[in-house]
Amino acid sequence: MYAQLVETGLKEVQAAADMTAEEREFQARIDADIKIEPKDWMPDAYRRTLIRQIQQHAHSEIVGMLPEGNWITRAPSLQRKAILMAKVQDEAGHGLYLYCAAETLGVSRDQMIADLHAGKSKYSSIFNYPTLTWADIGTIGWLVDGAAIMNQIPLCRCSFGPYARAMVRVCKEESFHQRQGFDIMLTLCRGTAAQKALAQDALNRWWWPSLMMFGPSDATSVHSAQSARWKIKLLSNDELRQRFVDQTAPQADFLGLRIPDDKLAWNEARGHYDFGDIDWDEFNEVIKGHGPCNRDRMRTRTKAWEDGAWVREAATAHEAKRAARDAREAA
Amino acid sequence: MSSEWPLWEVFIRSQHGLAHKHVGSLHAPDAGMAIKNARDVYTRRNEGISIWVARSADIHASSPGDRAALFEPSNDKVYRHPTFFPMPDEVKHI
Repeated sequence: MYAQLVETGLKEVQAAADMTAEEREFQARIDADIKIEPKDWMPDAYRRTLIRQIQQHAHSEIVGMLPEGNWITRAPSLQRKAILMAKVQDEAGHGLYLYCAAETLGVSRDQMIADLHAGKSKYSSIFNYPTLTWADIGTIGWLVDGAAIMNQIPLCRCSFGPYARAMVRVCKEESFHQRQGFDIMLTLCRGTAAQKALAQDALNRWWWPSLMMFGPSDATSVHSAQSARWKIKLLSNDELRQRFVDQTAPQADFLGLRIPDDKLAWNEARGHYDFGDIDWDEFNEVIKGHGPCNRDRMRTRTKAWEDGAWVREAATAHEAKRAARDAREAA
Repeated sequence: MSSEWPLWEVFIRSQHGLAHKHVGSLHAPDAGMAIKNARDVYTRRNEGISIWVARSADIHASSPGDRAALFEPSNDKVYRHPTFFPMPDEVKHI
């Protein structure tokens, strides 16, 4: 998802017998659905895992602005430009809510940004694909934001208070993103044959990367099992992916678009859609930094950060000067 | 240079006369910029009509370890709640 393959640093799920008294008390609070707040005692592994997870999530929101920002000046009407700008601004806001939540765990903003730029901290694989046509903007809103909602709604109930509260805010805003995407698709699909072909082409390119967003099956993953016990991962990758396919397939039908998967079919007995195999080699390559846009995304982010350095320094210097003047006048 | 802008806690008052409520935090070089940033980060959808910001470093909070000492004494004073006193059905408007 927006946080993929988050490691807990543990080799096995901790059993009650191996826990200290503090750890047992901590787990009991989580089991009782009592939120953990920043000043509460927490195991180091819980803190470190959450920092990794929230940080990845925040980076994804920030890097996620790039493929869409790319289309602001080229959106087909003034209204579409204004809508896309509002959407991209929301993504910046989501990144900021999440960075704040991570900071309550004791990591600094500068450190997180340095880790992203150094390649030490990841962001979602999905943002390493290019946005070639206007239909890609529709598809991102419809599929990528749709997948994000699927993941984020359960996280509103996660055990860490600041993360859960950030997710509540994000979810309230995310629905606009998905609908604006679907509206673009609907407009294209009701347009000329060439416009509909654009929509189909975008779906062809984004479908599989969207399914990969949920990450590989984690049924046997120690990290996922431990994160589930800590209630910072509420549903498995496969459960979320299945929900996403079940929800999206009928929407594609409505648009009159074909999902590029020959094995996609409704399974009456399961009450779910069956779907084909995902190319995990592609996913692993993208995660390792070899996707179509990885280098470009990091170059753009790093440049923005470095180009903005003088502004940050000037604002700090200005405030220091003002404080010194106030102190002189008060004396 | 890598001196981070200080952290500010943001409080927003929504309409209908409710109190300011904590909504999150942000970094800003000074109070004026903190309010401008808070407007963009926390009130994009009409969430508020007033913003307070306070330096996080200036906020003093109770500690989780003091929870029992601070809050348990009120647990055994149930008579502070009106439902403690059963009222006969015949008695109205009380």
